[in-house]
Amino acid sequence: MQPFDLVRAPSPSDAAQLTKDEETRLIAGGTNLLDLMKLQVETPSRLADISRLDCAEITDAPDGGLRIGALVTNTATAVHPRVRQDYPVLARAILAGATQQLRNKATTGGNLCQRTRCFYFTKIDQPCNKRDPGSGCGAIEGVAKLHAVLGTSDQCIATYPGDMAVAMSALDAKVHIMKEDGTERSVPVRDFHLLPGDTPWRDNVLERGEIITAVTLPPPVGGAHYYRKVRERSSYAFALVSVAAVIEIESGVFSRADLAFGGLAHKPWFDPAIGAVLLGEAADDAVFEKAADVLLRSARGFGENDFKIPLARRTLRAVLSQAVEDAA
Amino acid sequence: MAGTIDINGTAHSLPADPRASLLDFLRHDLGLTGTKKGCDHGQCGACTAIVNGMRINSCLTLAAMHEGDRVTTIEGIGGPDAPSDLQHAFMAHDAFQCGYCTPGQICSAQAMLAEIAEGWPSDATADLMAEATFSDEEIRERMSGNLCRCGAYANIVAAIRDVARERADATV
Repeated sequence: MQPFDLVRAPSPSDAAQLTKDEETRLIAGGTNLLDLMKLQVETPSRLADISRLDCAEITDAPDGGLRIGALVTNTATAVHPRVRQDYPVLARAILAGATQQLRNKATTGGNLCQRTRCFYFTKIDQPCNKRDPGSGCGAIEGVAKLHAVLGTSDQCIATYPGDMAVAMSALDAKVHIMKEDGTERSVPVRDFHLLPGDTPWRDNVLERGEIITAVTLPPPVGGAHYYRKVRERSSYAFALVSVAAVIEIESGVFSRADLAFGGLAHKPWFDPAIGAVLLGEAADDAVFEKAADVLLRSARGFGENDFKIPLARRTLRAVLSQAVEDAA
Repeated sequence: MAGTIDINGTAHSLPADPRASLLDFLRHDLGLTGTKKGCDHGQCGACTAIVNGMRINSCLTLAAMHEGDRVTTIEGIGGPDAPSDLQHAFMAHDAFQCGYCTPGQICSAQAMLAEIAEGWPSDATADLMAEATFSDEEIRERMSGNLCRCGAYANIVAAIRDVARERADATV
């Protein structure tokens, strides 16, 4: 690990100010950043410790929703009574990720910002346009089992590996961001992460001089919540494909189908057209196939990850079938 | 680096080099070699220690960020002169071979039993709103962050199951 200065940021706006320096990184739980620093993927000369800032509360939002501070741990979110009661897809998604040791330390803000686990990104002797712009992408004709089949570019086929954000995307949560001058802006989680395009080094919309302060969930809509994660081990493994779903079926007809997908792209994949196919329709295999067709209409495999395309179809069908069964 | 950190009830100065992980601080600075370095990347759980009552991977946290925190390591859970109930159970059930993952398994299990007592659900829990039940499936899921290359899992689960029962009986 390269030497660094460790400073404590006294306030969120001070922390935002510190990020204007290119060689400074914020550290909260540290479960992704320290891993990357040991790998020399990240070599900050300064770490700003934000772990004790006053952003660690879960509070009721004025509109009946829920505000989750950026420093709330994954565990604290998953076990919170309101999350379990009103937003169970979020609890399920968090509990499906990582391990208890990691969830006890990982924070909401850090989880949103976690980097890809692409093998070429994490090995500094490998070509990676995200880590080292212009060096090429080793995954495109290389080892690509974990990689994306949607929204890729010729510069990067990495996936966003998290589960929490997939559920937040289905729930249409908002990310609240503070600038160095103390002013705030908010961005839907659905727009927080970027596709790689020509700027694969950018994972999300955060600019220098900005810090996440909270995520808010809209008022609960009820419905049946599902987080289905398909992976090679039954625990402690990233998703090959995951589906977060909030579903309502009345008299055999879909009245709500909020769907987001993990493991398929550089961001949690949300496309309103997928759910729109289902709304007002009788729940049957034919309409499930149509929804999967919309999801996968631009899907492209890179050899080793071709399997994700039919796997995504089967997983979506399985979630929708389960919802139908549960509604009966 | 100012400030101190409490390790098993004793205050220690924080390390001068901020790069020191809590794991390295415990082992190299304090000579508390019970906590093990398996992968150093949060992927095996051998380094599991308990900080402010929460189990964490001590390899993925900086000692210097833990000013004022209370840390419990395997040495604080029990030793040869006074083994804890978990350590007794691990011996009774032959829940280790090489022993390298074992301190992490025990620290993890210690905290895990407290998590169940708090009613925290896991990925194995069918009903998020119900009381946490105790089953082998729950133990396996909750302990999934602790790998054992010798494959002593069956006996680890048996040891933990026994202790959970004993502790539950003791509180009745």
